[in-house]
Parts: sequence; C-alpha cells; structure tokens
Amino acid sequence: MGKQLIPTLTFALLLLLLSQPLLAQPASPPATPGAAPTIFSDTNARLAKLEQQVADAKSSADNGWMLTSSALVLMMTGPGLALFYGGLVRKKNVLGTLMQSFALMAVVTVLWGLFSFSLAFASGNSFIGGLHHLFLRGVGAAPDADYAGTIPLQTFMVYQLMFAIITPALIAGAFAERMKFSAMLVFMILWSIVVYDPMAHMVWGKGGLLNAALGGRFPTLDFAGGTVVHVTSGVSALVCALYLGKRMGYPKEAMPPHSVVLSFIGACMLWVGWFGFNAGSALSAGSLATSAFVATHFAAAAAAAGWAAAEWLRNSKPSALGAISGSVAGLVAITPASGFVKPMPALAIGLIAGVFCYWMVAKVKAVFGYDDSLDAFGVHGAGGTLGALLTGIFASSAVNPILKDGQGNILPSGALEGNAHQLVNQFVGVAISWLLAIVGTLAILKIVDMTIGLRVSEEEEIQGLDLSQHGEEGYYWEASA
Amino acid sequence: MTKVEAIIQNSKLEAVKSALQEIGVEGMTLIEVRGHGQQKGHTEVYRGREYSVDLIPKTKVEVVLAEAMVEKAVQAILGAARAGKIGDGKIFLTRVDEAIRIRNEERGEGAL
Repeated sequence: MGKQLIPTLTFALLLLLLSQPLLAQPASPPATPGAAPTIFSDTNARLAKLEQQVADAKSSADNGWMLTSSALVLMMTGPGLALFYGGLVRKKNVLGTLMQSFALMAVVTVLWGLFSFSLAFASGNSFIGGLHHLFLRGVGAAPDADYAGTIPLQTFMVYQLMFAIITPALIAGAFAERMKFSAMLVFMILWSIVVYDPMAHMVWGKGGLLNAALGGRFPTLDFAGGTVVHVTSGVSALVCALYLGKRMGYPKEAMPPHSVVLSFIGACMLWVGWFGFNAGSALSAGSLATSAFVATHFAAAAAAAGWAAAEWLRNSKPSALGAISGSVAGLVAITPASGFVKPMPALAIGLIAGVFCYWMVAKVKAVFGYDDSLDAFGVHGAGGTLGALLTGIFASSAVNPILKDGQGNILPSGALEGNAHQLVNQFVGVAISWLLAIVGTLAILKIVDMTIGLRVSEEEEIQGLDLSQHGEEGYYWEASA
Repeated sequence: MTKVEAIIQNSKLEAVKSALQEIGVEGMTLIEVRGHGQQKGHTEVYRGREYSVDLIPKTKVEVVLAEAMVEKAVQAILGAARAGKIGDGKIFLTRVDEAIRIRNEERGEGAL
C-alpha cells in the first residue's frame, strides 16, 4: 500500500495541476509577462511540501529499521553471546563469563560516547579519525550524508556502538575461565581504542584506507564487519590464548560445557540478532537490507547443516553443540559478504564455512595445542578471514553497485564478475586486520600483565571465577529453608 | 536392625518403591549417586573433543528394618530392580547399632 501511495499522490497532483487551466474562472488576473502565475506558485509550495513529506516518510522507515537493528545487535551481546559462551564453560565460571560480556555493554558505551565514536568515524587520516565528535559534539538529528543520508547521525552512532560492544566481547572466548576481571576491563578499554577504532575507521570511516564506499586506497568489501569485528577479535583471541597459556588441567582434565542448553539459547539469539548486524548494515530499509537479510539467513542454515554433516560423518552422531556452532560460523563468514552476494553464493559461503570451521576447531586446534577455550579464533578469526576472501570472489555489483569509476560508472565487484583484483584488496584488508590485531593485542597484554597481572591465581582458578572475582555463585540449588 | 542399601538403575526406582511399600516398608531414603561396577560408561563429544563418562548415574535406596523384615525386603528389591543386565546394581546389608526417633526419642525397633 505504501509503495502505491507516492505514485498515486503524484498522479493526483499532476491531474490537479493540469486541470487548473480548464477549471479556472475567466476572472483570474491577466498574467504579466515573466511573472509566475499565482496558481503555479501555490502548487510549487505544495509540491515542495509533498517532497519534504516523502523524504520524511523514507527517513522514518529507515530510522525505524535502524533503531530496531541497533537493539538486535545489542541483544546479540546480551544475552546472546553471554549465554552462548556461558553455557560452554564450567559451572563455577558461568557468572564470570556472563559478566565479561555485560561489563563491555557498560564500559564500551561510555568510551564510545566520550571519544571512541569520534576516533572511529570523524574525519581524520587514513588510519584513525579525529576528535571533531568528542563528547558526541555534532551528533544529532541531522544525517551525515557520507554515512547514511536518511537517518539521524545519532542513530548511526548508536548502531555502530553496538558493534563496538560485541567485538571485544568475542575475544573473551579465548581467555575464558582464567582472566582477572580487573585486567580484562583494562585490556578491553585499551583494545577498543587501539585496535577497534582504527580498524573501524579504515574500513568504514571517512578517508579510511580500506573504505570501499568512500574511495579508500585499498577498497575492501566488508559489508558488516568481517574484518573489523571477526578477524580482529578472532586473531586477538588467538594471541590472548597463546600469551595467557592453557587452563589448569587442559587438555587432560575433562571440561565439558556445563549447559549446552544455555549455549543453544544464546546461539539462536545470535542468529536472529545477526539480521540487525548484517541487514542493518544497509543503513536503510530498502531492498539492500532485504538482500543482506536473506544472504545472512541462508548462510547460517547452510553452515549449520555443513558442520552437522561433517560431524555426523566423523563421529557418527550430529551434536546440538555442533549444529549451533556451525550456524555461528556461517553467520561470521557471511558478515563481510552479506550486502554483496546473491542467495545461492550465500548458501555456498555458509556451507564452506561450516565445514572449514569444524575442521579448525575439531582438528587444527588439537594439532597445535593452544587453549582457545571457546573457539573464538576457530570460528571468528578463521571464519572471518575465510568470509572476507570469499567476498572477493562472490561479490556482485548487481546486488550492490559499490565500486564506481571517476565518471560514476558502476564497476564489477568480485572475481566471478570479472574483478579478480578485488581478491588482492580483500587480502590487504585481511592482512591489515591480522597485523593490527596481533601487534595491538600483544602490546596491550604486555602492559596490563606488567602492571596488574592478567591471570587469576591457581587457587582462584580452581575455586572458579564466580566466587573469586565476583563473590557469587551462578546456581544456588542447595536445599536451604 | 539392619540397613539395606540398594544401588539400582534410575529407571527401576518406581518399581522398587512400589514393591517395598507393598510389603509394608514405610520409610526410605533416596540418594542420587554416580558410580560403576562392571558396567562400561560412554563417550561424549563436544566440539571435537572426546570425554569418557564412566561415572554412571544411579539411585541408592536406603531402608533400616527390623530383622524379620530384612529378607522380605531384599526379595522385593531383587524382583523389582532386576533387568538381567550388567548395571542392575547391588544390595548391601549392614548392622545398625541404634535407631532414635527425633520427635519423641523412641529407640530401637519401635523407632523404625
């Protein structure tokens, strides 16, 4: 109904316009040469008003979707990721794990408002933004056309905030069950500033080195954050896992998940929330959002099936944990590709990611022996890298004409469309995120370790994070009173 | 007085309870336990890692009975709990020195 309203109104207005000369009384004043007839100046004003109303309507639709998407992405952290991770750890560490996600919801928000948004999205240089938006100065109801011309900049800011929250939360999967809460807070604050803000700026910010939409030097196609979110956090996770060392008793002692049920709930919330993550990255409510929505869903489904099938073949049973992990792997891999690929390639990307990440987690981790407790690197680091490279293959300008030449002509996006060079750019983007993640994380780990120490003591680790870090128990089920 | 401890399959609990009630046993204590005799456990797989679970969930039924009731109770439990497979469980009998009712300090077989 909405789609027909505008053409109908326009037609009615034209009819009105054209019928005026026929219906007008002969007593209308004679037109002086050069002056606009009174009927037309009135119509011009009404036309201008109609144009404004149409723009407002489009803005409302886009803003409604973007605010919804922001809420969906926040839900991905709390409780989506919190539960997904929480269920995978031992019972004595469940609250500690939930708190790691939740604390970031609070802390990153404050940083973002004070200066992090500015560092990521204000104009600066190729690598980092400036301080124009310090304390969110200039971030209000007016849109910033470079980013999203139909929604308030404030909406864009709060949407991006949710990404800034979940990215560091993913890293917690690598140091689960052994990191000090205080050290984690300091680490995350520094990581947010030193790794996330520059990466977000390079890929999505004005003047960013890798920004495909705004003429970056090495345009990297990253629709919703394959490099910015998953590669940086996943690779940082690996660095953390190697630096902190293994959990006590790993790998000999059995440490199965204390509640696959909680992980299941979390994973399903991640899947639904991801529609906000990917389809919301269209920054509008039009057909590109639909395309990204569909690609996201298809990839998740294919990946869940892929991981489950691989497991079924290898272990003779498909596990629930495997199926949900597969879906997350597919969602990770489709993240950079979601706004650039058609549904069939999305299925392919999902299927490949499901099988690849299963192999990374079930085989490669055991071979190298690192304790990436919750597979942050295996799923996010590896899945994100894979997805970013596959984006270079499958991206299609028919879905999203993002690359244009100097005259504004649309250029092919991905390798299958004829732009094999895009794979080089994808590789550059991925390489920069790996480098930034490794160097940044190592430096921060060293600083925090030297000042307050990263790891809990042996007694605290045995006692569990819930009691040692938070003075609580997750489940108090003893028969009392 | 004798304590009859029966470690049984969880699935046989209702049958054992009914059988004991039928012969007039009024009080019992149930405990959830884990363990094994000859029964093999199973393997669980999480994200490619195998965990062998050899502590199998069972139920322990405890009743303290006057001597006259003991053999009847043992037969009732055997009949209800037996499936004829490894893992059916075991019954242990131990002597109880004294039994005391908390409500009125009644002692001996009258307290049972």
